[in-house]
Amino acid sequence: MVTSRKGAGGKTAAAKKKAGAAGPDLVQLLTPEGDLVEHPDYSIDLSPEEYRGLYRDMVLVRRIDAEGTALQRQGELGLWAPLLGQEAAQVGSGRAQTAEDYAFPTYREHGVAWCRDVDPVNLLGMFRGVNNGGWDPNEKNFHLYTIVIGSQTLHATGYAMGMQRDGREAAVIAYFGDGASSQGDVNEAFVFASVNNAPVVFFCQNNQWAISEPNERQFRVPLYQRAAGFGFPGVRVDGNDVLACLAVTRAALEHSRSGNGPILVEAFTYRMGAHTTTDDPTRYRSSEELEEWKAKDPIMRMRAFLEKNKYADEAYFKDVDTEADTVAADIRARCVALPDPKPISIFDHVYAEPHPLMDEERAEYGAYWESFEGAH
Amino acid sequence: MAESTSKTQQISLSKGLNLGLRRALEDDPKVLLMGEDIGKLGGVFRVTDGLQKDFGEARVMDTPLAESGIVGTAVGLALAGYRPVVEIQFDGFVFPAFDQIVTQVAKMRARALGKVSMPIVIRIPFGGGIGAVEHHSESPEAYFAMTAGLRVVAASNPVEAYWMIQQSIASDDPVVFFEPKRRYWDKAELDPTATPYPLYASRVVRQGTDATVVAYGPMVKTCLEAAKAAEEEGRSLEVIDLRTLSPLDLEPVFASVRKTGRLITVHEASVFMGMGAEIAAKVTEKCFYSLEAPVLRVGAPHTPYPPSRVEEEFLPDLDRVLDAVDRAFAF
Repeated sequence: MVTSRKGAGGKTAAAKKKAGAAGPDLVQLLTPEGDLVEHPDYSIDLSPEEYRGLYRDMVLVRRIDAEGTALQRQGELGLWAPLLGQEAAQVGSGRAQTAEDYAFPTYREHGVAWCRDVDPVNLLGMFRGVNNGGWDPNEKNFHLYTIVIGSQTLHATGYAMGMQRDGREAAVIAYFGDGASSQGDVNEAFVFASVNNAPVVFFCQNNQWAISEPNERQFRVPLYQRAAGFGFPGVRVDGNDVLACLAVTRAALEHSRSGNGPILVEAFTYRMGAHTTTDDPTRYRSSEELEEWKAKDPIMRMRAFLEKNKYADEAYFKDVDTEADTVAADIRARCVALPDPKPISIFDHVYAEPHPLMDEERAEYGAYWESFEGAH
Repeated sequence: MAESTSKTQQISLSKGLNLGLRRALEDDPKVLLMGEDIGKLGGVFRVTDGLQKDFGEARVMDTPLAESGIVGTAVGLALAGYRPVVEIQFDGFVFPAFDQIVTQVAKMRARALGKVSMPIVIRIPFGGGIGAVEHHSESPEAYFAMTAGLRVVAASNPVEAYWMIQQSIASDDPVVFFEPKRRYWDKAELDPTATPYPLYASRVVRQGTDATVVAYGPMVKTCLEAAKAAEEEGRSLEVIDLRTLSPLDLEPVFASVRKTGRLITVHEASVFMGMGAEIAAKVTEKCFYSLEAPVLRVGAPHTPYPPSRVEEEFLPDLDRVLDAVDRAFAF
């Protein structure tokens, strides 16, 4: 795989068009119709297998996400936060990371988790209510989901400051959304990262909606331009173009890894589904808008690209769909088998060291709960 | 560093913290100090004086002026294996960081089912009595004590400060460390070769037989002075320095109350919903038949901290403590 910010770019793919429709301030390498376009700063040249891999990732991630929604509708999850429409932003940025990099997600980064090899069932635990995260962040360098908006951007910055002190050849990627850009913590993270020259990529998925509030309620200057005021570069990428997301994020991570400090990537995308399964987007946005974005679907354009270039045939697409169903069935089976935690376990991990109140209450509540017939 | 290993020396509370931090920095390369003005200036109370010069800017960091940012990045540094010691410049400035402390620092370990720890110390100068402007004299300890996942301690004198800061830094749990602002310049004799008292333990600092007075932080000295005055009036007060507010170590308090039958709690924070309420409830539960009088609480009125010209009336003092003792004996 070769990615560069400048250079000749791909030669293996079909002839490229000049950039145009996407506008000068939006990095796009693959049009909604599935045609490659050139960009002066970014290019990508992958093998057919790698192109297919990105398509497969996106299809599987969308299928896992759909299973999450289905599980919620059937009462197996208390809530689900769908990523529908954001597959390219998550898979592109996810596949840009090395094993040594570290990701700090929001609660919607199911696609990034997939790329980091995190078991999707781990993500379901929180939404099912059997834990509040529970996985070991250091196992895959993928931090716990963070629900309070924007908090994790500071954690990411602090982690990057640690990497800096340890001389690690890696970078941190901090995920957040357009709504989070209004939070003080996000802006403080920009300040701390900037003055410390911390190796952190701020990856904003601008999906146009913070629950019901559009971009106009959050900012008046395009988000990626905000970086300039903090003293680091900002770039806007077509968030529905997996190739552009991969190329831009790779370059951004390399920028940070190489000692150049933070960088902001705004992935311009769209949340095609609801904010969460409790939300009703028809109350605040038009069906015309949704249709407009459906035409820019990240998976359809990648499929069109693979077909046009004869990188994949009908049998391949069928195989991926079958695999997706298999993965979904496996996740469903393991999700519904997740046991409820024992009530007494709530005392287990509050403190690292012995704590008399924990011991006292564990004994008191334990005895009370045990006093009921059929107690655990 | 000869300074921190020399034998007995006269130190202020600020210096005790300084020496304790110095030793922690020497003992563990993962210890980092973070805060506003803690580098060249040495902190507004000079607690970190000279530490940046000796340990460098990477370990003693002058941070941007943003408290949530300080604590939030400390979380990330802790996840990366560091042990950050954060200075909040004044009690009233901790609230921008409150979200990170309560929502992130306190809960992270439980959320990860014990797979990560948050060995962060958050130092907060607290309390009044220094004639300061608004937001520089508050006692926010109860907010933190009621938050599961945090540990909360308060040092009362220079020697305790020296040991307790080191013990807090060594703890794998997050510790909110309250420093009695008005006592920063009190002096005491430190023997750095002594064996420290355990961190999460309260301590009888004056033996007595007639009534028990429990306090922490700046009020310990006030209560010791009150005990001395009471002695002249023929009353023997036992004074307990609580030291740890979460977890509470009340066994010494129970033992004392079983002996004296009377308890007065003292803190600068408001009586309403203050630490004294929890102590009173527990003592009532555990020592019900030993009590000769209800547990009485001394603290501040339930108002915003007033302009400093009336803080003398607002804050508990020797007379208010003795007045409560009198009332306890009136039952």
